[in-house]
Amino acid sequence: MSYFLIIISAIFVNNIVLAQFLGICPFLGVSKRISTGIGMTGAVTFVMVIATIVTWLIQNTILIPFGVTYLQTISFILVIASLVQLVEIVMKKVSPPLYQALGVFLPLITTNCAILGVAIMTVSKEFNIVEAVVFSMASAVGFGLALITFAGIREQLDLMNIPKGMQGAPIALVVAGILALAFMGFAGMV
Amino acid sequence: MNQWKNFSKGFFKENAVFTLLLGMCPALGVTSSAINGLGMGLATTFVLVMANIVVSLVKNFIPDKVRIPAFIVVIATFVTVVEMVMQAYTPALFEALGLFIPLIVVNCLVLGRAEAFASKNTVGSSVIDGAGMGLGFAMALTMLGGVRELLGSGHFFGLAIYPEDYGMLVFVLAPGAFIALGYLIAIINRFKKA
Repeated sequence: MSYFLIIISAIFVNNIVLAQFLGICPFLGVSKRISTGIGMTGAVTFVMVIATIVTWLIQNTILIPFGVTYLQTISFILVIASLVQLVEIVMKKVSPPLYQALGVFLPLITTNCAILGVAIMTVSKEFNIVEAVVFSMASAVGFGLALITFAGIREQLDLMNIPKGMQGAPIALVVAGILALAFMGFAGMV
Repeated sequence: MNQWKNFSKGFFKENAVFTLLLGMCPALGVTSSAINGLGMGLATTFVLVMANIVVSLVKNFIPDKVRIPAFIVVIATFVTVVEMVMQAYTPALFEALGLFIPLIVVNCLVLGRAEAFASKNTVGSSVIDGAGMGLGFAMALTMLGGVRELLGSGHFFGLAIYPEDYGMLVFVLAPGAFIALGYLIAIINRFKKA
């Protein structure tokens, strides 16, 4: 598959949040302000690309040659959990400003299913390493696009007069549904 | 604590999906039909109960600093078991749930109960807590799946209720998941306050 198609497909057509339902927790949790949305996107992009590369290497150099692919779930999640810790430590040491900006989001990322989901999808689609990097990066951009758009809408929602029963989570979910409806317009493009 | 209260809190008062908004990814991702929702709910319940048992058994041997990775390993082990069992005995459901079976590992509900309940309580009450939360989760997924299936394709648990042509296709697709869950939560909030 050409890289262009991978990018378009991952950002718009099969958007990781709105079409595949991965990473809903941060999507609903940190979307109250655009600024936190941007921070979360940065952290997710960073970890997602590194995690995809590392899990791709593990899958193709350890799990497949030794015939132990059933250990995929357990090894991937361990790698991702330790990777997040490692990124946090390195970032704190090397780039304090970056740590200031992204630090608070890093612990949340371990249980972000988008990271594990993208790692497993990369493996099951049998991408090569370059395609894997492109795919994970495009998925992260798709995540960011959905999250920041949603945060922008929710900032406006604060000013609206919403029926009591719909306040909070219900209205946020309905808005997300309408957003997903808009993204469905891209279906069939790839 | 009163064991019945411990069991029943997972259904309404602290329902994972409707109240705590935990485990939203599988709740939205696999509920295109009631049977998928039920299957996912039961698989999660199994992992939750088993992980709660093991965590409450070993809680005194695990150093505090490495408890989260240790819990994750326990959970991942049972997820792998579920994955293999489902692949062998219910291949159709395994295909339908797809990616979301390995993703039970990162379901915040499971890790949340291990951390918040099983690591502080006895085996007996951890089992009851796991079963209650898990079945409450299964109930929520089945409800959401049932609503989407009924509105989207006119079926309920695969049983035709009205002709499929009158169904609103959008409810089976991605946007319908968000909208249906939004309104379900709104309705439940309404009853809770009354």
